[in-house]
Amino acid sequence: MTKKIEAIFREEKLIAVKEALSNIGIVGMNVMEVRGHGRQGGIELAGRIGTYKVDLLPRVQLNIILSDHNVEKTIETIQQAAQTGNIGDGIIFVYPVEEVIRIRNGERGHDALTYAGDIDTRQEVFLQAAD
Amino acid sequence: MDAINAGDTAWILIATALVMMMTPALAFFYGGMVRKKNLLSTINLSFITVGLISLQWVIIGYTLAFGTSVGGLIGGLNFFGLAGVSAAPNADYAPTIPHLAFSAYQMMFAIITPALITGAFVERVRFKAFLVFTILWATFVYDPVAHWVWGVGGILRSMGALDFAGGTVVHITAGFSALAFAIVLGKRKWFGHAALEPNNIPFTVLGAGLLWMGWFGFNGGSALAANGLAVNALVTTNTAAAAAAVVWMFLSWRDNKPSVLGIVTGAVVGLVAITPAAGFVTPMASILIGGLAAPISFYAIRLRQKWGLDESLDVWACHGMGGTWGALATGLFATKLVNPAGADGLFYGNPGQFVIQAIAVLVAIAFAFGVTFVITKALSRFMGLRVSENEEEVGLDISEHGERAYA
Repeated sequence: MTKKIEAIFREEKLIAVKEALSNIGIVGMNVMEVRGHGRQGGIELAGRIGTYKVDLLPRVQLNIILSDHNVEKTIETIQQAAQTGNIGDGIIFVYPVEEVIRIRNGERGHDALTYAGDIDTRQEVFLQAAD
Repeated sequence: MDAINAGDTAWILIATALVMMMTPALAFFYGGMVRKKNLLSTINLSFITVGLISLQWVIIGYTLAFGTSVGGLIGGLNFFGLAGVSAAPNADYAPTIPHLAFSAYQMMFAIITPALITGAFVERVRFKAFLVFTILWATFVYDPVAHWVWGVGGILRSMGALDFAGGTVVHITAGFSALAFAIVLGKRKWFGHAALEPNNIPFTVLGAGLLWMGWFGFNGGSALAANGLAVNALVTTNTAAAAAAVVWMFLSWRDNKPSVLGIVTGAVVGLVAITPAAGFVTPMASILIGGLAAPISFYAIRLRQKWGLDESLDVWACHGMGGTWGALATGLFATKLVNPAGADGLFYGNPGQFVIQAIAVLVAIAFAFGVTFVITKALSRFMGLRVSENEEEVGLDISEHGERAYA
C-alpha cells in the first residue's frame, strides 16, 4: 500500500525538515508555498503607525509519497524537525494513494517509488550489516 | 536688465531635473503601498501626471500662476503658451537665470502637486475621471494658489506670507484636496474589515530615498541661485528629514517594532514640514520642525483611522498636516539672520508673522478643500468617479489598463 504525506509547517523549518528526512533516507518530495491559518488565526505586523492583522500566513507544504511501512517514521521525523512548540506550527495529513507511475519508464507501484539509497534500500543495507 | 549668471542657471537646470525625478519617485513610494493588482495603476497615476501637467503648464498654467496679476487673484494671459518667456531673465522672479528656466523649474512643482493627491484615491478611481480631475484641479486650485503665494501682486504674497518652496502651495493644497476627494469617493471594498496589505515596501523605500534626494532640488533650487541660501535650504532640508525619520522610528517602536514603512514615512513628513521654512530658518530650528512633524502626522493618521475614512495613503496626514505645521513653524522660527529678504518669526520678536502664516494656511485649506469638493462632486455626478465593484475586486491594472505588473 502507498500513502501520501502532506505536511504544512513553518517556512523557516524547511531546511531542518529536509535535512532530517534526508538522514532517514527520504529522497523524493515536492514543496509548495501556501498561505493559510488554523487555530492561530493570524499575526500582527508593523504598519506605518500601530499594527495590522494578517490572517493568511505563509507556510510550506511538503508532499511525500511512500510505502505504508515508512509512514510512521517519516511523520515522527517531520514533527520533530518542524516543531517550535508555539501555536502555528502546522499540521500533517496522510492519504491513501491509488497508483504511482514513473513517467520516464512506466514503472508502477513500489518500483516507481524506490531509489538507490532511499529508506527501503537502506534498510536492506542495515539488515545485511546485522547479518 | 540683470545679466544671466551661468552658475545660477546651471544649478536651476539641475534642480529642475531633480524635482522632475520626484514624481516618478512618488510613483514608487505610493506603488509599494497598494495591493499587487493595483501596482501599475498607482504608478501610472503619478507618471501620466508628468505628461498632463507639462502640457497644461506650457499652454495655460504658467501664465495663470505667474502672469501679470489680475486683482491679486490670478495671473493674466500675457504668458499664454509661454509667449515672451525666453532666454532673457524676468527680474520679478529670478533676475540671474533665463525666464524660461524659471518657468520650467516651476512646472515640476505644478506636476508633483496633483500627483501627491493620487494617494487618496488609489485602487478604486476611474481613470477617465482622474484625467479630467487633474486638469481641472491644476487650473482651478494649483495655479490660483501659486499666484496668491508666489506671484507678484498675489494676495498672500502681498500680505507678507512666507512659503519658501511650497508648504502652502504644494503640500497644504494637495493634502486637503486629498481629504475632500476621499470623502466624496468613499472607501475601498473591505476597508476596515481585512488588511489591505502593501505589496512591496522596498519600492516605497526606494521612492522615499529618491524623493529625499530630489527635495534638495525642490528646496535648494527655490533659492533660485547657486548661493549660500541654497546651501542653507539643503542643510535644513536634510536635517529635518533626518529628525522626523528618527522620531517616527521611536513612535512606531512604542506600538510594536521599528517599522521601515514608518521610518521612510517619517522622512517624507520631515521633508514636507521643512519645505516652507527651508530658506528662512537655521539648521537647529529644522531639527525641531522635522522632529515635531513626525508626531503631528503620526497622530493625524490615527485620527483619520478613527474617523473610518479611507484616505488611502494618508496624503492629508502627511502633506496636509505636515505642510500646515511647516507653514506655521515658519512663522515661529524664521529669522532675517538666515534670509534678509524674509522676515522674523515669533521667536525672533515678530508675532505678527505667525498670524500672517496662520491666515495664509486657513485660506489655502478652505480654498483647496472647497474647490476639490465641488469638482469631485460634479465628476461623480456626470462621469462616475469610481470603477464598478467587480472592476475594483479584479484590480485596476487589469480592469483599467489591461496589463499586469508581474507575469
